[in-house]
Amino acid sequence: MNETAPPPMVPRELALALLTDMVRIRRFEERCADLYGQLKIRGFLHLYIGEEAVAVGAVRALAPDDAIVATYREHGHALARGVSAERIMAEMYGKREGLSRGRGGSMHLFDAATRFYGGNAIVGGGLPLAVGLALADRMQGRARATAVFFGEGAVAEGAFHESMNLAALWRLPVAFFCENNFYAMGTALVRSESQTDLCVKAAAFGVPTSRVDGMDVLAVHHAAREALDHVRRGAGPYFVEFQTYRYRAHSMFDPDLYRDKAEIEAWKKRGPIHKLTHRMKAEGSLDEDDFLALDAAAIAEVERAVAFAEAGSWEPVEDLARDLCAEPAR
Amino acid sequence: MKISYREAMREALREALARDPRVFLMGEDVGKYGGSYAVSKGFLDEFGPERVRDAPLSELAFVGAGIGAALGGMRPIVEVMTVNFSLLALDPIVNTAALYRHMSGGQFHVPLIIRMATGAGRQLAAQHSHSLENWYAHVPGLTVVAPATIDDARGVVAAALALEDPVVIFEHALLYNTEGELTDAWRACDLRTARLMREGRDLTLVAWGGTLGKALAAADELAAAGIEADVIDLRVLRPLDDATVMASIRRTHRAVIVDEGWRSGSLAAELMARILEQALYDLDAPVARVCSEEVPIPYAKHLEDAALPQPAKIVAAARRVLGKAT
Repeated sequence: MNETAPPPMVPRELALALLTDMVRIRRFEERCADLYGQLKIRGFLHLYIGEEAVAVGAVRALAPDDAIVATYREHGHALARGVSAERIMAEMYGKREGLSRGRGGSMHLFDAATRFYGGNAIVGGGLPLAVGLALADRMQGRARATAVFFGEGAVAEGAFHESMNLAALWRLPVAFFCENNFYAMGTALVRSESQTDLCVKAAAFGVPTSRVDGMDVLAVHHAAREALDHVRRGAGPYFVEFQTYRYRAHSMFDPDLYRDKAEIEAWKKRGPIHKLTHRMKAEGSLDEDDFLALDAAAIAEVERAVAFAEAGSWEPVEDLARDLCAEPAR
Repeated sequence: MKISYREAMREALREALARDPRVFLMGEDVGKYGGSYAVSKGFLDEFGPERVRDAPLSELAFVGAGIGAALGGMRPIVEVMTVNFSLLALDPIVNTAALYRHMSGGQFHVPLIIRMATGAGRQLAAQHSHSLENWYAHVPGLTVVAPATIDDARGVVAAALALEDPVVIFEHALLYNTEGELTDAWRACDLRTARLMREGRDLTLVAWGGTLGKALAAADELAAAGIEADVIDLRVLRPLDDATVMASIRRTHRAVIVDEGWRSGSLAAELMARILEQALYDLDAPVARVCSEEVPIPYAKHLEDAALPQPAKIVAAARRVLGKAT
């Protein structure tokens, strides 16, 4: 296993882009929580607040034609990928203008244009899918990679082990990005796994691994690039464990009774936005006005998304059964 | 030309592989072993290991990978040994393949074929003999077919590929060795309609897959007693072709459904419900059904025979709905 350290000096343009995306996601999701309280967004809503560095750092390492398979906590990945905030918000409102015409909601964001394959609410469900996407690329002679994001909870699923084996056996270009936030809903990793070193599990399949501070977006980006370089070389899959933390409860229904308040506060002190801002200011590549400007732009983007969703329309009920099959079923 | 069901299916797969470079086979023992029912025998040499891909015993992962490959532009044909083993892959089939087109608002679709053997009759006992076609036929987003004839075995793969959506093909294990004439009708195989196999006037027998032959045998026996039966090969288990079934019942006014699945919650039950909804006033007698007994399919030959629909049971049911003594 490689312990990956960030490069010493950070190019300003890259750092600024990473910071901007993290703030965009943070502002978007804060507004989502607010809209949930207003009953504008319903169903399950899983916030990524605290974990933004993982999606932002990793997605920025992808090429435009690489594929992403994500989980039900995927607003951040979609936004980092450049999926329209307006169409994401409209989907969360359940509107016709949403990415999935209101069929998916928060957990099922899809975008063919950016090769964003969901939005999968079956824990571990995205893993075999990613293996297949990579297999299709290999069989068609395309040098693309597939990045699959999943939580540490998915490591307990058979799908993880079967997919790791298949990807390694066939040396497929899959980057397995494990977002270890230490809790599978309310169950701590130490309470559910006999082996809590996730890299050891991946190594059992002969897959190279690295473990990264998932609160440090630069470290995440660096590690994701290394993993994707490996994958693109045709050297087979790569597994990265990003250690991170969600500040909010699992979903809006979760009273969060299983975590120690002190633990949450300790992680918040390591916040990814604060960490990068602090570093950039220390290096002289960001001042307070720069930050306020990008924050204001993020808030404006979110408000445009809300306005777009508000102005959206409802899919006609007569179209309930559309997009079921290529032709209507009887 | 007289060929076996196995040969018809093999030819269908060979044609698909030869015609379209996006098509590949994947599953347990499809390559080196030649297919657990010898359907893909010789393919490894003919098409190579990339396109005839032996998978580990990981039904969840290789069916899920088939879905991913379909999303990625390929046309995978995944073989799962038997319907009993397919339960290990129910999650990707039901939670992913069937949903993606709808859940993505039409952005993605899954042109995937999943083949599996089904059914009893070879003394393989309870974990290799069940008929769970109705589980799959319950799910919107899937097309479910049960080819019973040589022509349909030959035509089903091309028809399934043309749909561009997930198709589950059930091949009754007892059919592989059956032989028959391959006619030009195979080119007209579609995955939306049932077919009238034999025309009568006294009652309608509806069967599919492994029970079609038994229904036809029962019809022969009934004919010898002067009773003429329509025999419908349902062929497609989702979506159901109500029109063909109702048209027959409107002529015969009586029906017996033959289903190798267990009676409770069966496809036979669904067909009976539709007949009540659409043709109640055309009926001269309650609809009857012949299903498997509600026990795990047993090993011993006499017990297995007793558990399954048989021509004699179909004949008896037909005579009952006709009000004739058995």
